[in-house]
Amino acid sequence: MSTSPTDIKNPEYFHKVVDCQYACPAHTPVPEYIRLISRQQYTEAYVINWESNVFPGVLGRTCDRPCEPACRRGRVDEEPVAICRLKRVAADNKGDISAWLPKIPDQKNGKKLALIGAGPASLTVARDLLPLGYSIDLYDENAKGGGFMRSQIPSFRLPVEVLDEEVNRVLDMGVSTLFSERVDSLASLLAKDYDAIFIGTGAPRGKDLNLPGRKEADANVHIGIEWLQSVAFEHSDKIGKKVIVLGGGNTAMDCSRTARRLGGEQVTLTVRSTFDAMKASPWEKEDAQREGIPFLTDHTPLSFVCENGRLVGMTFDKVKSVYENGKRQLVSTGEEPVYIEADDVLVAVGQELSFPWIEKTTGIEFNEWGEPIVDKVTFQSTQPNVFFGGDAAFGPENIITAVAHGHQVAVSIDLFLKGKDMSLDRPAPGHRQFSTKMGIHEWSYDSSVSNDDRFAVPHLVNEVALVDRRAEVELGFDLQVAFDEAQRCLNCDVQTVFEEAKCIECDSCVDICPTSCITFTRNEAEPALRAKLTVPAEQLDQDLYISQNLPTGRAMVKDENICLHCGLCAERCPTAAWDMQQFNYSVSKACHIPSPLNGSAA
Amino acid sequence: MSYLKPNFRHPQLPKNGLDLTRSSYEGLISTLCAGCGHDSISAAVIQACWELDLEPHRIAKVSGIGCSSKSPTYFLNKSHGFNSVHGRMPSVATGANVANHELTYIGVSGDGDSASIGMGQFAHVVRRNLNMLYLVENNGCYGLTKGQDSATADEGSKSRTGNENPFENIDLVGVALEIGATFVARSFSGDKEQLVPLMKAAISHRGFALIDVISPCVTFNNHHGSTKSYDYTREHVQTGSIIDFVPPREEITAQYDAGESMQLDLHDGSSLSLQKAQPNHDPTSRRSATEALLDSRENNQILTGLIYIDAQEPDFHEVMQLNDAPLNSLQQDQLCPGNEKLRSINNVFR
Ligand SMILES: Cc1cc2nc3c(=O)[nH]c(=O)nc-3n(C[C@H](O)[C@H](O)[C@H](O)COP(=O)(O)OP(=O)(O)OC[C@H]3O[C@@H](n4cnc5c(N)ncnc54)[C@H](O)[C@@H]3O)c2cc1C
Ligand SMILES: Cc1ncc(C[n+]2csc(CCOP(=O)(O)OP(=O)(O)O)c2C)c(N)n1
Ligand code: SF4
Ligand code: SF4
Ligand code: SF4
Ligand SMILES: [Mg+2]
Repeated sequence: MSTSPTDIKNPEYFHKVVDCQYACPAHTPVPEYIRLISRQQYTEAYVINWESNVFPGVLGRTCDRPCEPACRRGRVDEEPVAICRLKRVAADNKGDISAWLPKIPDQKNGKKLALIGAGPASLTVARDLLPLGYSIDLYDENAKGGGFMRSQIPSFRLPVEVLDEEVNRVLDMGVSTLFSERVDSLASLLAKDYDAIFIGTGAPRGKDLNLPGRKEADANVHIGIEWLQSVAFEHSDKIGKKVIVLGGGNTAMDCSRTARRLGGEQVTLTVRSTFDAMKASPWEKEDAQREGIPFLTDHTPLSFVCENGRLVGMTFDKVKSVYENGKRQLVSTGEEPVYIEADDVLVAVGQELSFPWIEKTTGIEFNEWGEPIVDKVTFQSTQPNVFFGGDAAFGPENIITAVAHGHQVAVSIDLFLKGKDMSLDRPAPGHRQFSTKMGIHEWSYDSSVSNDDRFAVPHLVNEVALVDRRAEVELGFDLQVAFDEAQRCLNCDVQTVFEEAKCIECDSCVDICPTSCITFTRNEAEPALRAKLTVPAEQLDQDLYISQNLPTGRAMVKDENICLHCGLCAERCPTAAWDMQQFNYSVSKACHIPSPLNGSAA
Repeated sequence: MSYLKPNFRHPQLPKNGLDLTRSSYEGLISTLCAGCGHDSISAAVIQACWELDLEPHRIAKVSGIGCSSKSPTYFLNKSHGFNSVHGRMPSVATGANVANHELTYIGVSGDGDSASIGMGQFAHVVRRNLNMLYLVENNGCYGLTKGQDSATADEGSKSRTGNENPFENIDLVGVALEIGATFVARSFSGDKEQLVPLMKAAISHRGFALIDVISPCVTFNNHHGSTKSYDYTREHVQTGSIIDFVPPREEITAQYDAGESMQLDLHDGSSLSLQKAQPNHDPTSRRSATEALLDSRENNQILTGLIYIDAQEPDFHEVMQLNDAPLNSLQQDQLCPGNEKLRSINNVFR
């Protein structure tokens, strides 16, 4: 038995080789913008991002960065490329991008939409549909747009000016805003003349902890996301000296770091899990620890302790995480409960969906957990002209996921209102492929591989950071470091393309490949083939590139896993059987957004 | 154009008995033409030394002049090396070997370096049975000086400009057999499965081990009409005996029919498990090996594999009764017999 040769004509094959782009929910073309940063073309780098993710300045500071754990560099080097912070470099150093913005037609197309919630999901829908002539009403209960990006993410991580610029860019495309207006009835909105309605209201309810003493302590117990919002909107500006933060996710990190800035001197973060099992991203944990916030792990809260009707502390049970069949159980160690003093407690133990304003009569169905029933591809609900996206669709995620949803919702709404099939007529992703060959051993990309370790972003010192809630902690890369960091990128979108007919089986590519990716061997069933490569290909989620059989009866088999895209195989090949071809992949949007990658000039 | 190889290697590269990966046996990035057979031979040397668990600093590379003789720069850059003058590598190898018998000697030469200017030196190092691996990277031309016909070019083989070679060729395998070589093999740069075990056997062999490796020159001698091209070699290769190298202390497990297979013990405790491809070819018989070579020539074929081996013949070191300890380890009292003794010797000549 043998494994079928790879069909490189299928764009999904090379798409998967670009690990970062593949892992990004919006499939942002990372290596292309990193190359543009190396060339000091920050504006173009920004536009490529904006076309794909709408909020490059915001995301360059706050993205959950699923791309980084996926980055190829992390498999050959200690750490991945600082993809996210390079995005910020593009945003901070760009020039005027107005020439790249899509034109908004004066003549509208006669269709009217209501978008509820002004978070990243709704704003993306608006960005993608306004150029097509849609009229858009955007509702939000808050006075300004941005959703959780404004009300939750603290300004020491995301300066308001950065957020304003990118939110306003969308609003200025012609959104009619109905801010400070909470939608209390979907039925009444459905009764209006909207052709379609999008619900992007997020997961707005913070979970509480009903432990003994909770009621009595109420004045000093705050739900994390409500408290962060009241700080962001300047309804709160101080907190007690001793603060306990309950929870181990990113919200808990933001709560504790904000508390440090509002007068909290002893801020203790307590979490039931172990340090490693905490939900927060490693870098968020690091940042909190750097600000002097101790993590009390393996502590389950037992009760709020009050004296004279006022909170004075909390008790905790020390536990151990025991795993059985992959499921975690918290087992008490049986030790005396631990008491910790507190003036205030911030509860950051999760958020949930909440749709009290969606009436049963609207035809929108929910599952047993109160989540709306939403199609995973089209994002349509059980009421045909109502769509969901962002956190409101499948529960809390992150900004980049909300953006990715927004693009798909925009495509769906446009197809739906044109009477087309939202699945069958969905546009395929765009892709382009071209040789980077410039001369005999010259490529249009910088093929040499930097040996540098990942560069760290400099931080503001605590003495300055902790006294000003608005002072941005991360200072960003300077341009020289940005260049050096950009050089660490391996250009995974420059693909090794093999042409059987030209190969004379001289072995030169095998011999030169620094990471032993290439083997010429008899084709077999995939497990056997993986096992007998020069270095066995054990990373099963990474594909094998398998050629047709060659004259000696062997096939070229390349393990994509640790290819450095260095082009040495192509340089060594006497017959140019290998070529280094740039492969651009883009998610199709409802409308055409000009970008250096899709051929349209500014 | 890349002048440097990236530092990154596959994180799961296997390790040998010394806990080293293949990368410890590499050299600088090659500057030879893309596709040159010599580069594959370098890769085979790396693989063989790694598999043999040789310590890189206990190896010495010696070579003459030519693209082939340049290639030691591209492997084993933690080993000793001497790039000598054209055709004179055997003298340097002999001197080094006398001075330090403990190192592993790998000589790299070309067909020009060995069969033209160095023919005399080649003949003498063969007959002296110097303990070394002698690789001829045979491309049938003077690659470095732009592809003139060499002495191993076959009669009638066409040059790139279309001229036929009018002269009879020298087959170094035949010459070596004739003048007493104790290990004679031929292989092809494009067949590492054959080449690597042959190299391991040659390095383990005590005495002179010649491997004549057909190594196509992609730039000057890989066209239609050349008898040293990839295509021609692949079409005309006739695999002689197939060997499996069995390191010391490992059992031979493969079972072959008697008559078709044999086991050969080498001096260092390793052995070769040998499978015959030609029933009449007995690689332990010089006569049979010579006949097999002549037969293959008559049939217009290129005989490869282990052609002849004599594991018993004493090497140069033994014949000359040289000192076992390296010269650089000898102390003054061992080197100088002392005043008394010298005076008594001098007195004899009065
Ligand atoms: C503390 C905290 C920190 C976070 N940090 C990050 C981060 O660093 N990086 C990251 O990627 N993600 C982060 N997230 C998650 C991220 O903010 C969300 O996933 C994302 O904003 C979801 O976008 P959305 O468009 O679905 O809705 P949201 O951004 O949640 O916006 C929904 C909007 O709808 C409004 N709304 C709700 N109901 C109604 C109604 N009935 N009428 C009118 N308006 C309504 C809400 O007030 C809100 O303004 C964080 C979340 C929290 C809580
Ligand atoms: C004494 C001397 N004579 C001539 C030369 C010129 N010369 C350099 S390399 C070479 C031939 C090399 O041929 P070969 O050994 O086959 O090596 P290849 O380049 O083909 O691998 C000659 C004649 C020289 N360098 N020194
Ligand atoms: S090395 Fe560059 S292109 Fe490759 S996954 Fe990382 S960031 Fe993306
Ligand atoms: S580009 Fe070619 S030589 Fe470089 S790592 Fe990938 S397969 Fe190997
Ligand atoms: S270097 Fe080129 S011709 Fe040689 S084996 Fe590799 S692909 Fe084939
Ligand atoms: Mg030559």
